[in-house]
Amino acid sequence: MELVYTPAQQAFRAEARAWLEANVPPAPLGSFDTAEGAAEHRAWEKRLHAGGWAMVPWPVEYGGRGADLLEWLIFEEEYYRAGAPKRINQNGIFLLGPTIMEFGTPEQKARFLPRIASSEDVWAQGWSEPNAGSDMAAIQASARRDGDHYVLRGQKTWASRGAFADWLFGMFRTDPASERHKGLSFLLVPLDTPGVTVRPIAQLDGETGFAEVFFDDARVPVANRLAGEGEGWKVAMATAGFERGLMLRSPARFQSTARRLVELCRANPATASEALREEVVRCWMDAEAYTLETYRTVSRLLAGGKIGFEASLNKIFWSELDVRMHETALRLLGHRADLLPEAPAAAGVGDWLDGYLFSLSGPIYAGTNEIQRNLIAERILGLPRSG
Amino acid sequence: MRFAFSDDQQLLQGAVREFLRKECTPEVVRALWADARGHAPGLWAQLAELGVLGALVPEAQGGMGLDERDLVLLLEEVGRAALPGPVAACAAVAAPLVRELGGATAERWLAALGAGRAIAVVGHPANPFVTDAHLADLLLLARGPELHAVERAAVRLVHQPASDPGRRLHGVEWEPGAGTRVASGAEAERLLAAAFDRGALAAAAQALGAADRMLELAVAYASQREQFGRPIGSFQAVQHQLADAKVRVEYARPVVYKAAWAVATGAASRPVDVSHAKLAAGEAAALAARRSLQAHGAIGYTWEQDLHLWMRRAWSLALEWGDPPLHLARVSDFVLADGAPIGPGRTFEGGS
Repeated sequence: MELVYTPAQQAFRAEARAWLEANVPPAPLGSFDTAEGAAEHRAWEKRLHAGGWAMVPWPVEYGGRGADLLEWLIFEEEYYRAGAPKRINQNGIFLLGPTIMEFGTPEQKARFLPRIASSEDVWAQGWSEPNAGSDMAAIQASARRDGDHYVLRGQKTWASRGAFADWLFGMFRTDPASERHKGLSFLLVPLDTPGVTVRPIAQLDGETGFAEVFFDDARVPVANRLAGEGEGWKVAMATAGFERGLMLRSPARFQSTARRLVELCRANPATASEALREEVVRCWMDAEAYTLETYRTVSRLLAGGKIGFEASLNKIFWSELDVRMHETALRLLGHRADLLPEAPAAAGVGDWLDGYLFSLSGPIYAGTNEIQRNLIAERILGLPRSG
Repeated sequence: MRFAFSDDQQLLQGAVREFLRKECTPEVVRALWADARGHAPGLWAQLAELGVLGALVPEAQGGMGLDERDLVLLLEEVGRAALPGPVAACAAVAAPLVRELGGATAERWLAALGAGRAIAVVGHPANPFVTDAHLADLLLLARGPELHAVERAAVRLVHQPASDPGRRLHGVEWEPGAGTRVASGAEAERLLAAAFDRGALAAAAQALGAADRMLELAVAYASQREQFGRPIGSFQAVQHQLADAKVRVEYARPVVYKAAWAVATGAASRPVDVSHAKLAAGEAAALAARRSLQAHGAIGYTWEQDLHLWMRRAWSLALEWGDPPLHLARVSDFVLADGAPIGPGRTFEGGS
């Protein structure tokens, strides 16, 4: 166990820090759940890509930097330290990208990955349906084979980023006689395909990043299928693992929130009771614990290990920590916690309210925390299957 | 940067686990509880042979010449077995203190401690009572800004019966003299601060092992105990309680390991890392205890069931070498200070 960075890792950090200092926009970008904000974010992604920092752990040929996972952790630390913008294409870069690397054909990798890395294609998730949320095996949207195309019918919902994305990935039932997790295929669908209708849904925060997506005989080439027909479940489980675990939830994000929480606590001595100060410190400790566990996981992966059901431990830990940190922030803000940023008395309230609303989605998406607890109980602890 | 244990470290841990699984069964623990001295010389000798007692003793003195990065895994096993007696006190705290003292004290005692021929414990201001003082040949005792090495014949002990019969608490009365003084002033303070952090790390590591074991017991019981025609472990209400405890245990683990690294390397972050570890592991063990007891139902509330062997250990570990408020204050002072070095990229800055 050597918890010190090598000179090469230190040099990598310095290089990332210098580039970010010179390039991170001085003012925050608009929300990417609005048309204007989405355009600003695409411009930022273009700049990041031109600088070679869009997807550091991907191979150079796919628009990455060929860095290892430790360097990725270091880059993320510098990214959050610099206060750089959120990633509009997180579905593409953190979820679909790794999935294509694992399951895509050479043609699919060459076709999709560079455009994901550069965010020319922004991706939406097509996981949930009105009757299939965390129970993804209940998926009903169908894809009927017609020559070298699939004909899609049905509906997806809660498609994150759906309103402003170019493509959608999701599972469709390719075998109409199939049940549960059999007979599903993983398809990549351009959202401008005739027969595809995107209807934005206002989220809890009032913005419309979510969407319902309707498929009325939309034709998608068979070449857009990832892995074999009927193998969608296997692919989707890998994607879900990426979503719960390492890539999407870099520890730097939570360390950054914890640091801001400490600053908020220091800036509001009147509301910072002993109990609140203690909770602030506990939040910092948990953000550190999450960081340490990620370094441990990365060390294991670099030695040839694989991520398994630990992703479920991960998901519960970060999602509950995120809610706790934001709840603590709102308590520190006291009566101002309710104010929107444009309110005249809102100086110093920051975006904690927005962050709080977003944090509430954490225990729901990527498989509800109840589902994760079932997985921990049965797959990690080895308890008998629930009835 | 490599946050992983070596194959050798894991092999040694596996050997100690296997040994304790066979030789320190719940029956053995109960027998030691009932024993007047609470000590099994045979077990002690075998732990010396395995290298546990001499882990931090230099090879030149016949020890293993390892550091806390190795020892932390062995202390986990001590906790997993609820092993009675001063293994952690002697191997993790007293032996390295004697090593650092050097001179005549080290010459006289260090090899004997590593070989299991002598037992030493530390009386630190953080602990009002000295655990297993009655077994110690040598007591390293603090008095003001001085550290004294006192042999047992020169102390009077007052036994203070406590909840965990595997640890015997004693008030210690003694007279300091020039002949017993081994360090003073800043040197004594430095040694006592290091001893405190070693003790707290050892308690955290043992709590982690105890937490693991309590969850194992809960899973085993809930898998076979049937109610309403099904094993109770198949009910989500039971599953989710144990899953939550598992989350806390697995996120305490890397914190304890980082603290071991900080102690072993003398990192500047050592006090904060150790306090974080003590809190995280202590709370994980407390939660595992509560949830395991709940999963057991009334049978878990009996003396006959084994669960309380680890519950008592977890409670006592939470209090020795600094109780939770003390450790929380140490972390708070660091985190809430002006310009604290916290946030992304700062986690390993305290390294040396």
